[in-house]
Amino acid sequence: MIWLTWRQFRTQTVTAAGLLAVLAIAFAVTGPQLVHLYDTTVVPCHVQHDCPFAVGAFQSQDSFLQDLVRLVMLAAPALIGIFWGAPLIAHELEAGTQRLAWMQSVTRFRWLAVKLSLAGLASMAVAGLLSLMVTWWFSPFDRVGPGGRLDPGVFSDRGIVPVGYAAFAFALGVTAGLLIHRTVPAMAVTIAVFAAVETVFALRVRFHLIPPVRLDSALNMQWVTETGTGGPAGPGSFFVGITPNLPGAWIGSSHVTTAAGSISLGRTPAACGPNAAYSACTATIARMHLREVLVYQPASRFWAFQWYETAIYLALAFALAGFCVWWVRRRVS
Amino acid sequence: MTAVLKAQGLGKRYRRRWALTDCTLDIPAGQVVGLVGPNGAGKTTLLHIAAGLLQPTAGTIEVLGTRPPATSAQLARVGFVAQDAPTYRGLTVAEHLHLGASLNPGWDAAMASDRIESLGLDPRQRAGKLSGGQRAQLALTVALAKRPELLLLDEPVASLDPLARREFLQGLMQAVVDQRLSVVLSSHLVADLERVCDYLIVLVASRVQVAGEVEHLLATHHLLTGPRRNPARLPEGQHVISASHTDRQTTLTVRTDAPIHDPAWVVSPIGLEDLVLAYMSRTAAAASRPELEVQR
Repeated sequence: MIWLTWRQFRTQTVTAAGLLAVLAIAFAVTGPQLVHLYDTTVVPCHVQHDCPFAVGAFQSQDSFLQDLVRLVMLAAPALIGIFWGAPLIAHELEAGTQRLAWMQSVTRFRWLAVKLSLAGLASMAVAGLLSLMVTWWFSPFDRVGPGGRLDPGVFSDRGIVPVGYAAFAFALGVTAGLLIHRTVPAMAVTIAVFAAVETVFALRVRFHLIPPVRLDSALNMQWVTETGTGGPAGPGSFFVGITPNLPGAWIGSSHVTTAAGSISLGRTPAACGPNAAYSACTATIARMHLREVLVYQPASRFWAFQWYETAIYLALAFALAGFCVWWVRRRVS
Repeated sequence: MTAVLKAQGLGKRYRRRWALTDCTLDIPAGQVVGLVGPNGAGKTTLLHIAAGLLQPTAGTIEVLGTRPPATSAQLARVGFVAQDAPTYRGLTVAEHLHLGASLNPGWDAAMASDRIESLGLDPRQRAGKLSGGQRAQLALTVALAKRPELLLLDEPVASLDPLARREFLQGLMQAVVDQRLSVVLSSHLVADLERVCDYLIVLVASRVQVAGEVEHLLATHHLLTGPRRNPARLPEGQHVISASHTDRQTTLTVRTDAPIHDPAWVVSPIGLEDLVLAYMSRTAAAASRPELEVQR
């Protein structure tokens, strides 16, 4: 069974290995230069007082490769689901070859178990290797920001979560193929469902995996970056915008409230009018005893989030695989 | 003699439609069994249930004394070639044999390679490039080389040209003699089965119409010709399978265990094809007419 699985899966494996090798070469060529550049321009920038310029210049290094890698990381799990997962069984059902395979002296359970585990492990290995390389190559960029590693656009491309995504996308593809019996529609369903799950998870679920930190304290004047009229409390209301200095934190919500806790700050003080001096305005704000209410996830929770999310996606993948086994034993012929 | 296939009230329903109804069979071992019926009669369903690819909705079935499919030990004892002889397009002939060898503990590698050689197949050829007849032969080789006790073949010759058809059936008969296996093969053409079968099952409109050894069937069915009369007034024990009338003449196909003494009838022996047609037309007259594909 292992031989047959390998024989049927050979082309895909070789293709994936080839693509990984190409990326590895690109990283091996550019990676050490990036580290050197970081050490010589970004690290000493405090001494030379040109940090914004040095960071900006560094961030635009290899921008083509950066964009390409982001695209690869976004597409890789979906591609695994489409090209490895969906055809795994649908292709057999389409050609009727399961009637050949299932009449050998191997039970359907073993047939599916071997296929699922070998191809599934290969999917996870490819995603893991890819993520390892990308995490290493991007590490100098991640140190300069702008967001931290918890930033939704960064978080899903680093660490171990890509392994979970790949396992889930693969199992999803297998399940779709098993239920639909046709490779191409199964591919379409796989990508649609996977994109929906990943998006909903990133936007709605991930932040709540760990109860966020709630900060409710006197307004830190250092964080105030803008004032004006309008904003969340209504068109005529005074508005104070803050940019919390919490490096790498993932801010869920931030509000400036009155001492009583109302987000309506009243009318805009004269000192903060359009023609007033900024220093007079900040002095006025300081006398208002405003408070800041922040809900955020600190940067230190990066690995906790990685483990939770990976575990959830792996659990989903195992559930789908279990369903496939049950379905193949009970329903399909 | 033990039964290779024993079914009791077997039925299979797909949503609302019954593909197989109340099928009761007891097929003895060592026979070549023909399963004949029009397309859509339930032949494939019956074979898939016997192979363990489908679960029956009603009734029970025992194949070689065990309920299919379950264990790999049971799978090793039953060979099956599905309709259109599925093979892996991208795999070569040799790789198909490797597949068989790695998945079947009882694989007879010498027999498999001998068979491929005598068929003149190139082991390096991909299965997708083979002709229909060669593919069928490859699938049969894979099914035979696992040394089954029972071989199930679903429409094995339907897509083959007459020459390939004869070669396939010859090869099959050779294997039956060599390996002493029991075979159940289905076809919608009686002519294919006539030369090779010693047991016949006629399946029409999801029901078994008649089943038995060919010799016995031929001995108990007669073609009666005589002056026109009402077939309902035949003696007890004579069952009319089909009747046709002209202005003056009545022709009946009758099943009876006793000899026919009525001097009004001219009794003539019946051919297997006419016998099957009689059963098919009976159901056709009773229910909506099933699609008949009979080659003459």
